[in-house]
Amino acid sequence: MKEQTYTITNDTGIHARPATQLVNKAGQFSSEITLEYNGKSVNLKSIMGVMSLGVGKNSEVTIRVEGSDEEEAMQAVDEVVKEGLGE
Amino acid sequence: MTTTLKGIAASKGIAFAKAFVLEQPEMNIEKTEINDTGTEVSRFHEAVNNAKRELQVIKNKTLNDMGEDKAEIFSAHLLVLEDPEIIDGVTSKIKDEQVNAESALKELSDMYVTMFEGMDNEYMKERASDIRDVSQRILLHLLGVENTSLAAIQEETVVIAEDLTPSDTAQLDLNYVLGFATDIGGRTSHSAIMARSMEIPAVVGTKQATSSIQTGDFLIIDGMEGEVILQPDEDMIASYKKKQQDYLRKKEEWAKLVNEPSTAKDGTRVELAANIGTPDDLEGVLANGAEGIGLYRTEFLYMGRDELPDEEEQFEAYKKVLEKMDGRAVVIRTLDIGGDKELPYLDLPSELNPFLGFRAIRLCLEQTDMFRTQLRALLRAGAYGNLKIMFPMVATIEEFREAKGILEDVKEDLKQEGQQPAEDVETGIMVEIPSTAAAADIFAKEVDFFSIGTNDLIQYTMAADRMSEKVSHLYQPYHPAVLRLVKQVIEAAHQEGKWAGMCGEMAGEETAVPLLLGLGLDEFSMSATSVLPARSQLLTLTTEDAEELAAEAVNLPTAKDVEALVYEKGFVQN
Repeated sequence: MKEQTYTITNDTGIHARPATQLVNKAGQFSSEITLEYNGKSVNLKSIMGVMSLGVGKNSEVTIRVEGSDEEEAMQAVDEVVKEGLGE
Repeated sequence: MTTTLKGIAASKGIAFAKAFVLEQPEMNIEKTEINDTGTEVSRFHEAVNNAKRELQVIKNKTLNDMGEDKAEIFSAHLLVLEDPEIIDGVTSKIKDEQVNAESALKELSDMYVTMFEGMDNEYMKERASDIRDVSQRILLHLLGVENTSLAAIQEETVVIAEDLTPSDTAQLDLNYVLGFATDIGGRTSHSAIMARSMEIPAVVGTKQATSSIQTGDFLIIDGMEGEVILQPDEDMIASYKKKQQDYLRKKEEWAKLVNEPSTAKDGTRVELAANIGTPDDLEGVLANGAEGIGLYRTEFLYMGRDELPDEEEQFEAYKKVLEKMDGRAVVIRTLDIGGDKELPYLDLPSELNPFLGFRAIRLCLEQTDMFRTQLRALLRAGAYGNLKIMFPMVATIEEFREAKGILEDVKEDLKQEGQQPAEDVETGIMVEIPSTAAAADIFAKEVDFFSIGTNDLIQYTMAADRMSEKVSHLYQPYHPAVLRLVKQVIEAAHQEGKWAGMCGEMAGEETAVPLLLGLGLDEFSMSATSVLPARSQLLTLTTEDAEELAAEAVNLPTAKDVEALVYEKGFVQN
């Protein structure tokens, strides 16, 4: 299993466009990918799930990836986060 | 007995027809126990697949009929249909709780709708209606309920609905649907925007259309006044028929003026231009015969994204507009962002008083990399048409000099790189701060043109936010103070042989046109749909009469007096 923790620096948090990008990217892999925030964990392949967390600026989130392509999946998701969401 | 429902005038025109009240389909969803959960799950998947196919068709139809912008909402719906949280959620609910698909879906979608509606964010609230629309579509398939009611309309009808969703408006057959009225919505809601682009009369926000009207009732919809008239008597029908004919005749007259120049009765030429936000608006601009673009708001290029648009992307957009306008003047305003219009990725500090804060040229002069990129793109695109560059929110001559200096600097850079920037680009300012209007004679010596931005100029002059209910009555376009500033700006420009335009909403208003003509305005820039009515109105005015009117107006004590004068002297017809 791969795991990474990020601080969201994007002003509007994980909303709208960034959420869609993240979900689309996650959907390209067969691994199970989850996003955890504030004790709640959701499927990163679900736009509803991701947006329902209401992740705002300066939130700390953890992304976990488990499965046959976890290496590539973690890397790809990591890129999306770092491009537009946080560090 | 005749009754009249008051609503918001959303789209012009008058329609007479029997009502078709769009019923929310009867959906009695009962929770039942299911033994064969495997079959239930496949029934659910089948409904989802049918909904997907249906949405694809609607999306393609919308794409063909109305373009990419309007079709985008259906892509969002399709994303919801593919969401594992919904699909797997319903599936496991069916299996684990042994319940029917309808109740499983309803429970899950209700949960998301409640959650999103409760969020303090407009975007998320809109997503709640997406989920509702999509889950309704799946439910209809599950229940085997026909949802073709709107598409099945075969006689002349006005549609009455609580609201019309994108899926609804996409189904309207304009051969039969003559207009519509809704309970909810405002001038900028989806249904209102669609009505204007389909050019059918519409009244929204009546609060009680569906509860007061029944299918088959004969109605008049007046999209000018925002009224729905139930059971009109013979006399009313006759007077509305006349009103409709007048409107249609006017529209015909306007249509004849598409390729005509804009002249007053005595032959005085002015320029009627249009305001645009994106290159997509050009179609409407050309169809309505605008003689140029008086304001291209470039901020839309920067909004709704995660990072700044690069030089190439901007260059392409500006070039497209300049080429399509084929030599006609295009005034492009540099980035007017900050204040109420936020760009999250710029990470600007939030301010107590954003309208008096770090915005527009103030921001651009500080974040010069961003500004230079835009100016590079503009100067390169300038080679493809008649470009004029306008700086927004200029308060002092130093700001203008600094901006102009950067522009010259960028031009030198481009030349050294072997590019061919446009050489003789007129550079002007938007006059929207009272200090600039008051010192217009000083600015006029250095700028090539003025364009008066009335929306902000009025609010700064009157110190009243028109969005604030308690003070919006102080937002007075016809206040003598505003008219005097406008006069002063125009005179200052002419003194130096420069031109003055106006690009606020005021420029296209029937009451304002004679006043502005009288004050000597050279260019009127407005929304594209106002161009032909304004051109038609100009043909009835002589410059001499208008000048007399303006001279009297600036000395009246109140805005009401000014409006009354314009009306009394017969300069407006209604």
